[in-house]
Amino acid sequence: MSLTANPRRYVISIIFIGVAIIMLLRLFFLQNFEPKYKILANDIAIYKKVVYPPRGVIIDRKGRTLLSNTPIYDLMITPKNVPKTLDTNELCASLNIDKATYESILGKVLVRNLDVRQSPFMELLNEEQTARFQENAYKFPGFELIERNIRIYEKPIAGLMLGYIGEVSPEMLKKPRYATYRQGDYTGLSGLELQYEEVLRGQRGVHYLERDKFNRPRDPYRGGELDSQEISGKQLELYLDMELQEYAEKLMANKIGSIVAIDPKTGGILAMVSSPTYDPNLLRGKARSRNYAKLYREATRPLFNRATQAMYPPGSTIKPFTGLVALNVGAITPNYGYPCHGGYGGCSRKIACEHSDAGHAANFRAALAHSCNSYFCHIFRMTVDNNEGQTVKQGLQLWHDYYTSFAYGRQTGIDIPYEGKGLVPDSNLYNKMYNRSWNSCTIVFVGMGQGELLLTPLQMANGMCIIANKGYYYTPHFVKSIGKNEKDTLLRKYQEKHVVLNIPDTTFTIVQQAMQDVVDHGTAGGAKIEGITVCAKTGTAENKAVVNGEVIKMQNHSMFVAFAPRENPRIAIAVAIENSGYGATWAAPIASLVMEKYLKDSVTYKRKAVEDKMMNAKLINRYVYTIDSVIRLRDQMVYEAKVERKRKKDSINNAETNALYNKWINYKLKSKKGIN
Amino acid sequence: MSTLRKSLFNRLDGIVLLLYIMLVTIGVLAIFSVEHRTTDTSLIMMNKSYMRQVIWLGYSLFVGFIIILTDSKFFSSFAFLLYTICIAVLIITIFAGVDVKGSRSWLGVGSFRFQPGEVAKIFTSLALAKFLSLNETNFKKLKNRFIGAAIALTPAVLILLQKETGLALVYFTFFLVMYREGLPNAILLIGFGAVALVLTTLLIDRTTLAIILTGLTLLIGYIVRNTLKRKIGARIILISAWMVSIIFSQIAVPFVFKNVLQKHQIERIYSMIGIEVPNEYNKTFAPGDEKKEKTNSSEYNVLQSKIAIGSGGMFGKGYLNGTSTKNQFVPEQNTDFIFCAVGEQFGFVGSAILIIIYISLMLRIIHLGERQRSDFTRIYAYCVACILFFHFAVNISMTIGLAPVIGITLPFISYGGSSLLSFSILIFILVRLDADRQVLIR
Repeated sequence: MSLTANPRRYVISIIFIGVAIIMLLRLFFLQNFEPKYKILANDIAIYKKVVYPPRGVIIDRKGRTLLSNTPIYDLMITPKNVPKTLDTNELCASLNIDKATYESILGKVLVRNLDVRQSPFMELLNEEQTARFQENAYKFPGFELIERNIRIYEKPIAGLMLGYIGEVSPEMLKKPRYATYRQGDYTGLSGLELQYEEVLRGQRGVHYLERDKFNRPRDPYRGGELDSQEISGKQLELYLDMELQEYAEKLMANKIGSIVAIDPKTGGILAMVSSPTYDPNLLRGKARSRNYAKLYREATRPLFNRATQAMYPPGSTIKPFTGLVALNVGAITPNYGYPCHGGYGGCSRKIACEHSDAGHAANFRAALAHSCNSYFCHIFRMTVDNNEGQTVKQGLQLWHDYYTSFAYGRQTGIDIPYEGKGLVPDSNLYNKMYNRSWNSCTIVFVGMGQGELLLTPLQMANGMCIIANKGYYYTPHFVKSIGKNEKDTLLRKYQEKHVVLNIPDTTFTIVQQAMQDVVDHGTAGGAKIEGITVCAKTGTAENKAVVNGEVIKMQNHSMFVAFAPRENPRIAIAVAIENSGYGATWAAPIASLVMEKYLKDSVTYKRKAVEDKMMNAKLINRYVYTIDSVIRLRDQMVYEAKVERKRKKDSINNAETNALYNKWINYKLKSKKGIN
Repeated sequence: MSTLRKSLFNRLDGIVLLLYIMLVTIGVLAIFSVEHRTTDTSLIMMNKSYMRQVIWLGYSLFVGFIIILTDSKFFSSFAFLLYTICIAVLIITIFAGVDVKGSRSWLGVGSFRFQPGEVAKIFTSLALAKFLSLNETNFKKLKNRFIGAAIALTPAVLILLQKETGLALVYFTFFLVMYREGLPNAILLIGFGAVALVLTTLLIDRTTLAIILTGLTLLIGYIVRNTLKRKIGARIILISAWMVSIIFSQIAVPFVFKNVLQKHQIERIYSMIGIEVPNEYNKTFAPGDEKKEKTNSSEYNVLQSKIAIGSGGMFGKGYLNGTSTKNQFVPEQNTDFIFCAVGEQFGFVGSAILIIIYISLMLRIIHLGERQRSDFTRIYAYCVACILFFHFAVNISMTIGLAPVIGITLPFISYGGSSLLSFSILIFILVRLDADRQVLIR
């Protein structure tokens, strides 16, 4: 044991090196040839978090919020990741549900979805549930809270126009439009929420987070380089005036009908009321389906957008257009008069006129101001029968072309879905109705806005824009800008000017003058606004309902169309109040109040009495409920008959299957006995 | 003497100190990577382990400095006294120890905790070195060999009584030192053979093992067939070794497991090697005993550790990007399983570099030992190298599933004051002794 080399030194050194080499070999294979560990490491440590961006906010023309968001939490479950040893009692306790509910929800989830896919377990947790779950979240692997934003309607107005959102249904998921959606996602289901879904929705973000052993997410994985950032939904700015909308809705309380107010210069909708209305906050979150069913059952049909879908005979409100076409095709001159003595006898049936004094239809202006039925029936006949050698069909076609260019009888293209078309009759329709034997006398009522002609209030208001603008309109629309961008491609079609068939300005001037007379010394005296030149036309539309195959004549619709000021039109409006009487009595003052509110920001004190009267008037007829229940009863019976037929068919099938099954069971039992 | 003292710092072994500094730095960085969160506002957070490790490193360097300034004769002169005190402390610990995870190997004073078992290695090394280097010690005598073994194993027995099995096993490494000093070759073979037999019996299927053992015996017999022909004793030795192995693995172990050991004991044994209890030893419960099927925690540790290391790949995930180690998936992350942090973040390349650093350190220490005039220093150097080797080999092997999970730290890298301090003292005493290698110390 001296300084000479001892061989055991090398034995020990070789042991050291040998062990190190064994370890290195093991490490080499473990780290380079066993990819399962890489997969396992990612499985246990990486957590994919889907982040829903806030949906776009909707604001009115003055920047006031109409529709915004507030965060809520959904509890998601991935059944595969739920361990069998999960303490369900504790989970139920923290969610405040009982065990039976837990089982039934879990069952539903498993039926609806594969167990590897994350699906909603409980939605819209309240604050207490959220807090209690979050505290114990690490005890419940497989469960996960996802933050979502729920919509908040600042005021209970414009529900039908703003629309609502709801979960995408399995049927919707099959459609290509919903390809990027997953079960449990929300989507716009009506109104602007549906129309502008793509921009409001924004883009979902996926964040990869590292999680620890207790399933708590921590740092972003690899510094977040794999993440896709969520993109917030874009803000929609509307032309709608929140205050005006609220005011208009108040005026329409307890009435069935609608108001459409449009800015003629842009086509922007300032207010749109369909009455009766509902609080849009009812149709969000958990309570949506229940409240929807309730609203759906109501006799007054609050879910039916009367402003864009209801079709009314326009009554006398069409007379400016009858005149406009008659003047433009040269059927009459502005000085043309008709000797009306309280009725029109040009055709076999006599058509009554409200006025009988001589000279109330001495010229176009006077006739429109007094709303002479005889005059307009007559000039309508003259329009379609105009020019020799032209058949009534050709005349009607020309008239139809004009009306089509006014966006009557077709959808205007407004940016909320399910718009009604209205009806502008053409020769095909009459050929069918009258078996080809008809003439201008047969269709004479169309001239005074009755007969087959049907318009939506939106179309009526749009018509006013055309007269106000002297020959053009922009497609009525709600949205002014998307994400502060007024030139968004989605808005391009609304910025296109639609010019009606060439009608010279002078003709419009004549019609405008006549409509001004309507207010100044005609039927619409109640629509006067101090200091503002209003052009308007009242209407009282006769209408019928078909109940159990019987045609019943109902109380007249009160109609009114107007625009103001004449010199520089800023608002065009149409008001329709169902089954309430004369246009001058109800619709005219309401329209006038709305216009005054918009043009002057407030209604003068002098008109307070009128305002109160309009707000408090209850104009829903009893028979609305009766008719509704009759219709629903009929629908119910039709449905039940259908169900019964199906049931019979099914039971026959079932009986066959059961017979086979019984046979099989008996056979099995017998054979078992034989063995024993 | 004055010339010696002037150049004392120049005489310290630079390579050992450099490797030491490298390892402790890697240790602090590894602990930091496990604990660091992106949300942390500051690097200096006193509640974090890496900061405490830095503080312990400071203490260690301070103690090291004192050791450097100490006279080298002090260590050999006081070796037996220190060893006696150490044994006394170990005995006290058995009774006064603080219960930490079932073991009573810690002495606690207030919030300060201290594991005498870790430090006992130093004094055992010194005492063994002193005994073997004594002039009157003739290590060829059986009596002296037994005394040497007693010096090495007394602390081991006391530590076993404290239920800290892993730490106790370290003391068997002194046989490697004694082998260097003259124990017969057979000791080494028998030792390795016994360890291999015990492990394979538990790890490998019985029938397979019997075939392997028989095959191995035949192979050895074929290789040494000439010797066997010539000597009858060799034949007896070979056959009896085969017999012993077969009886041990085929009859003794199954008998003990089936008839002697209780269920929890069997579970503990298998959990130590990190595998599941085989069906044949799975004892059924009494009807009333509705004990939950508990997942084997060691097995879980090893799996998580393998996931962490295996997912590192060739070059690793990058510093501070270890998803498994950072997020507490590996239990005992900072202490026993710190190697995972290196394996996951730096992959095979990083792990290999670390292993090479260790091997370099140990071979350098052997080299230091062999260049001594003084037997005391040489034996002490071997003690240090062997202790390091045992810790290093067992710790890394258990993280990659090559060895049973016994609570043994990775020297210089694992978090823990006792461990860092005792290894530092071991190294600094060696460096101090080596500095005086021209002086004969007894």
